[in-house]
Amino acid sequence: MSDLSASGMFVPSQTVGTVLCCICGVAMPPNPANMCVGCLRSRVDITEGLTRHAAVVHCPECRSYLQPPRTWLRGLEPESKELLAFCLRRLRLPLRRVRLVHAEFIWTEPHSKRLRLRLRVQAEALHGAILEQSHLVELTVHDRLCDACSRSQANPDQWSAAVQLRQHVSHRRTFFYLEQLILRHSAATRALRIGETDHGLDFFFGSRSHALKFVDFITGVTPVRSRSDKQLVSHDPKSNLYNYKHTFSVEICPVCREDLICLPPKLANALGNLGPLVLCTKVTNSIALLDPFTLRSAFLDANQYWRAPFKALLTGRQLVEYIVLDVEVESAEVSVGGFRYMLAHAQVARVADFGKNDTMFTIKTHLGHLLNPGDYALGYDLYAANSNDFEIEQHKGLILPEALLVRKSYQEKRTKNRGKARSWKLKSLNMDVDTTSKGRADEEKRNTEYEEFLRDLEENPEMRFNISLYRNKEYQPSEMASAADGEDVPSIPLEELLADLDLSEDEESEEAGNMKE
Amino acid sequence: MATRIQFENSCEVGVFSKLTNAYCLVAIGGSENFYSMFEAELADVIPVVKTSIAGTRIIGRLCAGNKNGLLLPHTTTDQELQHLRNSLPDQVVVQRIEERLSALGNCIACNDHVALTHPDLDRETEELIADVLGVEVFRQTIAGNILVGSYCAISNRGGLVHPHTSIEDLDELSTLLQVPLVAGTVNRGSEVIAAGMTVNDWTAFCGSDTTATELSVIESVFKLREARPSSIVDEMRKSLIDSYV
Repeated sequence: MSDLSASGMFVPSQTVGTVLCCICGVAMPPNPANMCVGCLRSRVDITEGLTRHAAVVHCPECRSYLQPPRTWLRGLEPESKELLAFCLRRLRLPLRRVRLVHAEFIWTEPHSKRLRLRLRVQAEALHGAILEQSHLVELTVHDRLCDACSRSQANPDQWSAAVQLRQHVSHRRTFFYLEQLILRHSAATRALRIGETDHGLDFFFGSRSHALKFVDFITGVTPVRSRSDKQLVSHDPKSNLYNYKHTFSVEICPVCREDLICLPPKLANALGNLGPLVLCTKVTNSIALLDPFTLRSAFLDANQYWRAPFKALLTGRQLVEYIVLDVEVESAEVSVGGFRYMLAHAQVARVADFGKNDTMFTIKTHLGHLLNPGDYALGYDLYAANSNDFEIEQHKGLILPEALLVRKSYQEKRTKNRGKARSWKLKSLNMDVDTTSKGRADEEKRNTEYEEFLRDLEENPEMRFNISLYRNKEYQPSEMASAADGEDVPSIPLEELLADLDLSEDEESEEAGNMKE
Repeated sequence: MATRIQFENSCEVGVFSKLTNAYCLVAIGGSENFYSMFEAELADVIPVVKTSIAGTRIIGRLCAGNKNGLLLPHTTTDQELQHLRNSLPDQVVVQRIEERLSALGNCIACNDHVALTHPDLDRETEELIADVLGVEVFRQTIAGNILVGSYCAISNRGGLVHPHTSIEDLDELSTLLQVPLVAGTVNRGSEVIAAGMTVNDWTAFCGSDTTATELSVIESVFKLREARPSSIVDEMRKSLIDSYV
């Protein structure tokens, strides 16, 4: 009829009359059952056969609900849409017979362990009349620990993946720096435990994917090579389930910043005849090498390094202090890889020799822009060093310089500031340190190394780039700060420091004062 | 007076019987109860004839008639035709017609003056109806249904139609038929009126599922109720009681 009127034909108006309900005789508009709604409702119950009670399993630890047979759904807040959908699925309504029009929660106390729903369903009553009825359902919540929670409850320290980070050098500078990097990028938030060993760190994770993510992070910041292995813990032959412990062995390359390296001849040729003696200037996920005599630099990828690994000839611990007697600038200032260098001839003498004898060396150095006569510098003493390196013998006819200056030293000035607190501080990871008898002897060494690391941070702004520094609240600038020195000890400007977030209540007012700064 | 009866446990009494002012046709049932109900009411007034049409028992839906005549489908056998001619009074013209729509009871609803027919009935059949039954013929639909003979039951005093009939249609039909009409149901909400009941000017028979409300509607529209007060106790008691426990 409606398409007739839509096509433009004249359809006379049809008013619906009233008939009497065949049961109770009340006047009503005709419907397919020809009974009034009351009589129909009293005779037909369309919710017959719908479930009124159901059970739901809930894990109190992780607050997830079980979807049989084995899936646990997380993030179902009470009285939320997702929980409603989940409950409706559990009820298994015969959707072929009834149609669900509306569903809502009736509020119950959470600890009553009951969920109540009010549904409105529509279904066909007799003779095609559609009836709508409201239907109450009560779901009982049973508490049961899910598999993951029960496993972690039984053995909370159980790890299933471990990352062993190692670097075979005699200092821990890399690990201090890595610690700060990890803190900054929150790469170790999923670690269950962190352990410290003599040549590295161990990280324990709950799942292999977390460990893999951490290994990927480390690969991105240092040149490493890694291998992974697994060990079978248990296996279920019927369902073919295997439970493994995974271990990742990650070795960091032993070349560090400020190391003196003698390149193997093949590698030197490959890099364009870079002078076999090079200084390592920066280690990120690739190694930056600088030839101090020609001011050429090269980068070595992690893969390239590990294909032909080489060790450092002399490391930072073997730096000796020199005093600069004369500087003659040879070339203009060049900028190589973000750093500025100037080639110069310098006359230097070892501080140990200065005043005692006349041993002086005339050397070429790349620090011409920093050095002035009377400055102190740190460098490698090749004159006195006894290099037992395989690579040097490989290079036929190699003339070693007597000394190689690496950086300027602020040692003298530092002695004045010794004992003063710094205005900034660093956070640290909570590690399990091994407290054996050997550990105590190493502690002294570690403290000095840590002190040197902090000094390094002060001197090198590019090293601070990836690290978060926090303002030290206990630091008071002393009244005697204005020294008559022409040159100041480099310190970290205040703008770079972050305000440390402190959540303790008694220091709130102080914290507010600090935050305003 | 409206009576509730059953034919072999079925409430569709209009299918198995045909009641007019001059005669009554009844189907042959297994037990005699159906026939005896009709006989008890009508025996001394009009002839009650047991018959079959085309060998079937659904005689109410196959034939159409009033006091002037009776129309039978072409499937009626000769013996049935002869039997009917013999049993019915002489003024009733019994005629077998050739019509494609052979369920004449479903296609034609008539009283003694007016008939409503299926819109697709043949022209010759329409003329025959006007001749044999002596009525004025109108082609109509009832609530959009073309089987007018099923969805309405009319007598000379009133008529009951399909419950979904609109008010305009009711007015129109009422004007055509010149009798008061009401839309209602029979047999506890069944819309097929003529299959559920059969009626003439002074009595009606309904299926046993008919509720008291429906029965009172039927009695009021066909004017079967007698006006004296004592009738409430004697005769209306039957229609007021819904079911026998």
